[in-house]
Amino acid sequence: MKPAPFEYYRAYAPAEVVELLTGLGDEAKVLAGGQSLVPMMNFRLAHPAALVDINAIAELDYVRREGDSLRIGALTRHRTLELSRAPEVQDGFSLLPRAARWIGHYPIRSRGTVGGSIAHADPAAEWCLLARLYDADVVVLGGQGTRVVPSADWFTGFLSTVAATNDVVTEVRFNRPRAFGALTEYARRRGDFAIAAAAVAFDVVDGRCRDVSIVLGAVAGEPLRVTEAEALVEGAEPAAPTWAAAARIAAAAIRPNADTYGGERYRRHLVDTLIQRAFAEAFASDASVSAASGIR
Amino acid sequence: MIEQVGQSIPRKEDHRLLTGQGTFGADAQFPRMLRARVVRSPVAHGRIAGIDTTAARALPGVVDVVTAADLPSDLRIPVRIKVQDIDLDDHLQPVLARTDVRYVGEPVAVVVAEDAYVAEDAAQLVVVDIDEENIIIDMDDALDQHTIADFHLGFGDVESAFTAAKHVVALDFSVGRHSAIPMETRALTVDYAAGTDSMEVYGATKVPVFNRRVLAGMLQMDESAIRMRAVDTGGAFGVRGEFYPEDFLVPWLARRLRRAVAWVEDRAEHFVAINHSREQRHHLEVAFDDEGIILGLRADVRHDNGAYVRTHGIIVPELTLAMLPGPYRVPAYDGRVRVVLTNKTPCGTYRAPGRFEGTAAREQLLDLAAATLGIGRVEIRRKNLLTSAELPHARAMSTLGTDIVLDSGDYVGLFDRALARVDELGWNDLRERGRAEGRRLGLGVCAFLEKSGLGPHETADVQITNTGRIRVHSGGTSLGQGIETVLAQIAADQFGVSADLVDVVNGDTLLQPYGAGSWASRSTVLSGNAVRGAGREVADRLRDLGSQMLESAPEDLEVADGVVRVRGTTTNAVSLAQVWQAAQPGSRWLRPDEPAGLAARHRFSVDHMTYPYGVHVGLVEVDPGTGGVTVLRYLIAYEVGRAVNPALVEGQLRGGMSQGLGGALLEQFRYDQSGQPQTTTFIDYLMPTASEVPVVEVVLREDAPATTNPIGARGAGEGGLTGTGAALASAVSDALGLTSMDALPMDPAFLVQALATAANGVERLASQVNHYEVVCE
Ligand SMILES: Cc1cc2nc3c(=O)[nH]c(=O)nc-3n(C[C@H](O)[C@H](O)[C@H](O)COP(=O)(O)OP(=O)(O)OC[C@H]3O[C@@H](n4cnc5c(N)ncnc54)[C@H](O)[C@@H]3O)c2cc1C
Repeated sequence: MKPAPFEYYRAYAPAEVVELLTGLGDEAKVLAGGQSLVPMMNFRLAHPAALVDINAIAELDYVRREGDSLRIGALTRHRTLELSRAPEVQDGFSLLPRAARWIGHYPIRSRGTVGGSIAHADPAAEWCLLARLYDADVVVLGGQGTRVVPSADWFTGFLSTVAATNDVVTEVRFNRPRAFGALTEYARRRGDFAIAAAAVAFDVVDGRCRDVSIVLGAVAGEPLRVTEAEALVEGAEPAAPTWAAAARIAAAAIRPNADTYGGERYRRHLVDTLIQRAFAEAFASDASVSAASGIR
Repeated sequence: MIEQVGQSIPRKEDHRLLTGQGTFGADAQFPRMLRARVVRSPVAHGRIAGIDTTAARALPGVVDVVTAADLPSDLRIPVRIKVQDIDLDDHLQPVLARTDVRYVGEPVAVVVAEDAYVAEDAAQLVVVDIDEENIIIDMDDALDQHTIADFHLGFGDVESAFTAAKHVVALDFSVGRHSAIPMETRALTVDYAAGTDSMEVYGATKVPVFNRRVLAGMLQMDESAIRMRAVDTGGAFGVRGEFYPEDFLVPWLARRLRRAVAWVEDRAEHFVAINHSREQRHHLEVAFDDEGIILGLRADVRHDNGAYVRTHGIIVPELTLAMLPGPYRVPAYDGRVRVVLTNKTPCGTYRAPGRFEGTAAREQLLDLAAATLGIGRVEIRRKNLLTSAELPHARAMSTLGTDIVLDSGDYVGLFDRALARVDELGWNDLRERGRAEGRRLGLGVCAFLEKSGLGPHETADVQITNTGRIRVHSGGTSLGQGIETVLAQIAADQFGVSADLVDVVNGDTLLQPYGAGSWASRSTVLSGNAVRGAGREVADRLRDLGSQMLESAPEDLEVADGVVRVRGTTTNAVSLAQVWQAAQPGSRWLRPDEPAGLAARHRFSVDHMTYPYGVHVGLVEVDPGTGGVTVLRYLIAYEVGRAVNPALVEGQLRGGMSQGLGGALLEQFRYDQSGQPQTTTFIDYLMPTASEVPVVEVVLREDAPATTNPIGARGAGEGGLTGTGAALASAVSDALGLTSMDALPMDPAFLVQALATAANGVERLASQVNHYEVVCE
């Protein structure tokens, strides 16, 4: 569990990252929080010839609100969001701090980054679910300059994205704020990657659910929007029967792989449970969000 | 000074451990030290067609690459504890695979390099060409061709018991493969002295004297040229410190290269290399009369031992059978076990070997019987527990070479006490209240018998030092269990001093060449009584010399508070340091030719083990939405005979419980159909963490001192674990409304399925999960 030899470079500006990556070729990788990359290198599942460390690029560590968008710099640590009580986050994106608490353990949250998680593209990762839930855009700097990739186009399968080898993620832009949101998941121990996760966000207008998003994690190669279930909740009453019906549809809609954590039927059962719980939690927690996510 | 035994004094070893001054296997560092890296088989079974080490050798920094062809001969690791007179020689593990590999992780080559990184780089360059052969992963597929031992233990007329029975209840139960995962992986450092062809070996803390004997034999060296030094260790639990292939390879390489060599197992290796344990399938049948009294018990156990037989031989299956009747009155018993080999990591003991498995199976059988006979779960146990009047109770069979004689005790009394405490704590009410709210709460109870204090002997030295301190050289070893403190307490009492005045050195073969080591909950009983014996002899000598110095009769003297004094006086005394002085060569107090010094070596021997016993009670909640189990409350009642240090006993029980919880709910080594391990990191091998382990309520009793040793102690190392699988299975079945469970670990997917089954009015699970198949529906 010692990594293979590699070269190490430190970049001080986003453009320098692209320059270094371009020069180093395919075998170079960005090093952010290192919470996914370093274990993979130690297990020799990843053998990058070179690392470009972006931890010194302070300008990539920020949380800013611009209208309906919440812009999070790629180097922002999970922990920063988890602890955030700022109005620009709480207003419409209050789920983000609550959801961040599900990520691993304290040391992982204080080191791991939002950009790293999005780039790593684990289908169980909370940030990846949230990106789909809030129609996020991924801002990427590459050889041709900056581009903005909608999260719907970003993920291309298990641990893979549309990013080119010399791209660096600079920002994740969360859009479509909603009043109600929850993310819930099940793992056999606290802090483990979810066996299945469900996230929901919606508004309630005149006693009807509006602008509904439902995303599932760990049931496919990438985070999964369940549009059939969203359509069912859209315009329906925010109540248990609605949640149950949506959950049933979502559970039927997925095609999970069987793995050591249980077969297809079990995953469907979990999805059914988690969607109902996510909706119930979201609807119960609108105004009481800050209390619910209070310091542990 | 108040008696030290019985006090919860803080651990002597903690200061060094908590201030970062412990010395662990990897802390031993020597000049020009090399690093070894083991190349392991990537396939589960095959013939070695060739091993190409050219590229590895060519890497700068690589000093040596060895394969079986370089070894002196076809070396295999012998069994440490032989039982049942069954010849296992054909199944012993070679130190390096020569012709065949039989499990993923089997050592096939070793790279030695200037540093650990280069060693790992080079290991990847070793090309092992293997022609794959058929593999066997499921133990039942091995029964026909690969059963290496098949034997019975038992007593009484089982046939008649079953013929006379009013009810017969049968259960199939399986226990998943899991093991101890010590915080510190294995580590060995060997310092070789070319000038004298001798070596010091650091790191194999557990049974250093035995390991030295094996090593000396394999290296064809004189034992006295090898010094084993047990050092601090981050846990052992049965697996760490046994003689593994590396325990030969690293010393052999040091001697071959005439340089110090170190090897530290990494966690990924550890998961495939360390002894696995527990994997068994039981078919049990119990016969009752019409009152619910047990007439007879039958067991048919299959035991998966993995690819080879290691140092523990077949003691785990033997102990399983021997301890299966537990604390109950079983007039007739026939247990059969078949030990099979499969293409998985070889197995050995893990804390509470055979008892975790057997207790879980037997107690589920009793739960099922309770339902079948319409008796309460508590009542069926109370009816059948041996009463104190029935003890001592001999069972006409033996295990670990000793006859089974259950010594004194009050099994029913402890059982009732545990239940009374549960009532007092309001757990029955909690269960009722939870259920009223529609929650799935369940309460489970089990009774169990432990064994401890395995002989036949243990040796300890006690001496007085020049400053009047007491020094102990014991055969027991420090595995983190606090044995240094316990032995210091026992030694201190022989001199009427504080344990602070005692220094204990464990497991150094130069200082104590006769130690039998720490395992089987034996150290407090065996080493403790050896220390007591040696201490008494030294105290006698102190009185003897003191009587000359104080001009009084030895009978009038007492040894207390660091002095030898005339009883009832304070000034008529000499300090231990002064007596030490008087025992030095040239002293006028020594008779001509009388040996100098104040020291004694004592060997304590014992024929029978002593049998602690206990009760576990667990309150769990099952989440029907996820199948997740939360352990809400847990209680352990335990009879320890004499608690030398009650806090340490409680610590042992609590620590054991968390490991048992792992085995009951979380931990399992899984393999796919091609024999590839699926659990090689902590992401997949789920150890319980502080979040999953509840606070454990302990009822520690000293009502029945052991009659087989002067201190009266029973072992305490394993009883925290023994009943956990049983109690949690019982609690889960109660929560689900089932009669019993049929497999451990109880994984969530399975429980969701079980809930559906229960909802259909089926009280009994139809089949068990096949742990080796990824089931696609
Ligand atoms: C025990 C454990 C438990 C965990 N549990 C969870 C969990 O429950 N949920 C969860 O979401 N995560 C979990 N993680 C992963 C953690 O959140 C990681 O921090 C995250 O997945 C990756 O972020 P990072 O900053 O550490 O990235 P790194 O590990 O540094 O990099 C990961 C990958 O992304 C690339 N990369 C990183 N930053 C950029 C960038 N700005 N532009 C382009 N490419 C980039 C790297 O080259 C690499 O390929 C866990 C990790 C551990 C060790």
